[in-house]
Amino acid sequence: MTWVVGPDHFDEREGAMPVKLVVCGGYGAGKTTFVGAISEIVPITTEAPITEVSVGTDEGAAATKVATTVALDFGRISLDSGLVLYLFGTPGQSRFRFAWDQVATGAIGAVILVDSRRIEDAFPSLDFCEARGIPFAVAVNRFDGLLVHDLAAVRAALALDGEIPVLGIDARSRADAKGTLIALDLHA
Amino acid sequence: MVRGRTRDGAAPPIPVEAIVVTQPDADRSALVLERAAIVQLCKHPQSIAEVSALLRVPVGVVRVLVGDLTTEGFVWVNLPLDPHADGTVDRGLLERVLAGLEAL
Repeated sequence: MTWVVGPDHFDEREGAMPVKLVVCGGYGAGKTTFVGAISEIVPITTEAPITEVSVGTDEGAAATKVATTVALDFGRISLDSGLVLYLFGTPGQSRFRFAWDQVATGAIGAVILVDSRRIEDAFPSLDFCEARGIPFAVAVNRFDGLLVHDLAAVRAALALDGEIPVLGIDARSRADAKGTLIALDLHA
Repeated sequence: MVRGRTRDGAAPPIPVEAIVVTQPDADRSALVLERAAIVQLCKHPQSIAEVSALLRVPVGVVRVLVGDLTTEGFVWVNLPLDPHADGTVDRGLLERVLAGLEAL
């Protein structure tokens, strides 16, 4: 491939090397919010208004959400002069599952966001990461400032090994997003 | 624009996070439309995903155009570090990411 400039030839004066994490989880778990909390750019996203079909199939409090992510949804963090971290959200709805492989290929890790009111929504993301051997951390988003289940209950419900980080976070908090990424990196 | 191609021959697709960098000494005067826009935009290096979003061109099309522009010498592409043969991520890279995160 003549067009490829591989990392071996990387020159910091000539653009940074990218590194990628994915942020996954069920529909309405807070993926876009999480990315926005820590990205140095406004998350670039294509959001389509929710369709009548989605209104009919949606459940619970998240049904009040007025738009959902249907395309690439990502943020950027410059880590040092030669390294840029990209955070890619995976589309939350099952009909966009085909896009996950494209987004996740090459990711060094994944954050699985969990809505503690709907823990089971995390299973497709969990299965995806486990099947592909992507290291992951689980972040339980506190909606309305509280967790419906404690973290031990989430760990048990998702049958997570003891070494997998499980954190309670507010997806709007930059400090919490940073802490989640650090926990993921230490685990990866 | 891409003459029906969404893949660049046998090459694997360029990752969405790959960073496109315009070569400063290339003569861009003959470029038009999206090709000119990519070369202009990537004077400040941008990922494939950013090029797609900022120019409102689908990712698959951006990949083909960037592949062509690279072959023709207008841009180069910084790829992510490949994982080790056993699938694990380079330890030094993880430490660098950690240092960067902790400094935020």
